[in-house]
Amino acid sequence: MNSQDAFAEALLAVESVCPPGLTTWNGSAPEKRFAVYRNNVIVSLIDALADSFPVTRELVGEAFFRAMARQFVRANPPRSPVLALYGDGFAEFIEAFPAAAGLAYLADVARLELLRVQAWHAADAAHLAPEKMTRLLGDAAALPEVVFSMHPSVRVLRSHHAVVSLWAAHQSEDAALALADVDPTQAETALVLRNGLDVEISAIAEAAAMFILDLQRGAAFGQAAAQALGADSGFDLAATLGLLIRGGALAGATFPRSTSS
Amino acid sequence: MNANPERLRSVGEVRPIKLRSLPCRAGVGLKPEHFREILITAPDIGFFEIHAENYMVDGGPFHHYLTRIRERYPLSIHGVGLSIGGEAALDEGHLDRLALLLDRYEPESFSEHLAWSSHGGAFLNDLLPAPYHAATLARVCAHIDRVQDRLKRRMLLENPATYVEFAASTMAEPDFIGEVVRRSGCGLLLDVNNVYVSCVNHHRDPHAYIRALPLDEVAQIHLAGFAQDEDADGAPLLIDSHGAPVAQAVWELYCYALDRVGPTPTLIERDNDIPAFPVLFAEAQQAERILCRLQPHKSREACA
Repeated sequence: MNSQDAFAEALLAVESVCPPGLTTWNGSAPEKRFAVYRNNVIVSLIDALADSFPVTRELVGEAFFRAMARQFVRANPPRSPVLALYGDGFAEFIEAFPAAAGLAYLADVARLELLRVQAWHAADAAHLAPEKMTRLLGDAAALPEVVFSMHPSVRVLRSHHAVVSLWAAHQSEDAALALADVDPTQAETALVLRNGLDVEISAIAEAAAMFILDLQRGAAFGQAAAQALGADSGFDLAATLGLLIRGGALAGATFPRSTSS
Repeated sequence: MNANPERLRSVGEVRPIKLRSLPCRAGVGLKPEHFREILITAPDIGFFEIHAENYMVDGGPFHHYLTRIRERYPLSIHGVGLSIGGEAALDEGHLDRLALLLDRYEPESFSEHLAWSSHGGAFLNDLLPAPYHAATLARVCAHIDRVQDRLKRRMLLENPATYVEFAASTMAEPDFIGEVVRRSGCGLLLDVNNVYVSCVNHHRDPHAYIRALPLDEVAQIHLAGFAQDEDADGAPLLIDSHGAPVAQAVWELYCYALDRVGPTPTLIERDNDIPAFPVLFAEAQQAERILCRLQPHKSREACA
């Protein structure tokens, strides 16, 4: 065991322990001084989670959130110095966290917030030019073969709970009032995308989610639309396309079976 | 850009091309809260500094704003995650990310800490202390060699703020730093607040500490605020919080250091309880007034 093993272990330990070999000029017990490091590590990581999961935090309150995050941080310290993306596994931790068992939707809200952070920092990509889009939509013969590329920020989350409504209620001035209108047991599917510099979250139908995920996997437009319509005859293709176009979710388009693009 | 030939001389071996340096002015840490205001109001400020790790993401608003701010201002990139004092080998993936970031933004300065922050695959997000002895010295120098080799530039090493000392230490901190600088050829980022915090915490004379450093190699200065606590016996224990204005004692120590180092690019650091931008700007102006007293001939650039 080298010296940093003991130091690192004591930083994350639940009980206040002090690694061996520390000295102080006045002979004072080093525990109090070592506690500065313990506190810096744990509190800064809790703060990082609090920044990334603000709605999860509001749903359970500051004290509960920090107590829960403290346990997560100790068990799952970041594996990378890039803290902007810290929080993988937090939703799963919440799901298994006994004290949060009464809030069945909490883990999915955390999942949504992680996707939001990922979308926020996702790679940049150009948007498909409106003229090109208009031309594509006007070419009924070619359109089914078109393969769209999705903006790297686009993500879909299916939940058994009203995650989008819960999240949206917390964006309003009076979250408590807005929450009164939300039935958390309603299943919702979220579309997350970065439009310009802002991340947008909207509720979409299951067929729209199928359609978007198919496009994201590289399926041709016609095939993705047919699949979605097959699953739900009420699938609103025009509205879904409108949502994607307005959100800048379509980054490019190619015709795999022809030379034009 | 204000190239400073004196500073370039010792750097030439590591990076002979495309070398610029920070202007001898005051800068502030760049915070997302201030992105828009900086672009709109275009404050007359010497440079901005970012924490490298905050920008190691693929795209989005952070790069959007940094790109625009970098077009208008000199930039310092300050790493907080390389774990140069760590017992494990450097994280090559992290070095790759740093190289990418430095290629993209071509900062005038790159700096890191005499500390460790990663262990056993976990990132602990604090600047942790190491004992000062031969094994640490060899390791730190090897790590700095690797960093300078990979990044193809000279780095600056920042003196730490510490709360404990090690029975195993055989060297005083400024002597250790002097030896690292001599062996590795890196420069020194003199964090005056860290000097003050550590000297109070370990009952040392901050003036003597500064005099013992390799002052010829100081290429940047950091100023920040601390929090006050007490150790188990009631002795003052200062915490490098970056959450308060620069203390008067640190301003005085800054003047003492500048008298010996000469005009040096100076950063106001603030990472917690971040105030409105004008508050930081006013602190930068205070530093700039002190810098100007040392270089009255530079009336236009820094002393307007």
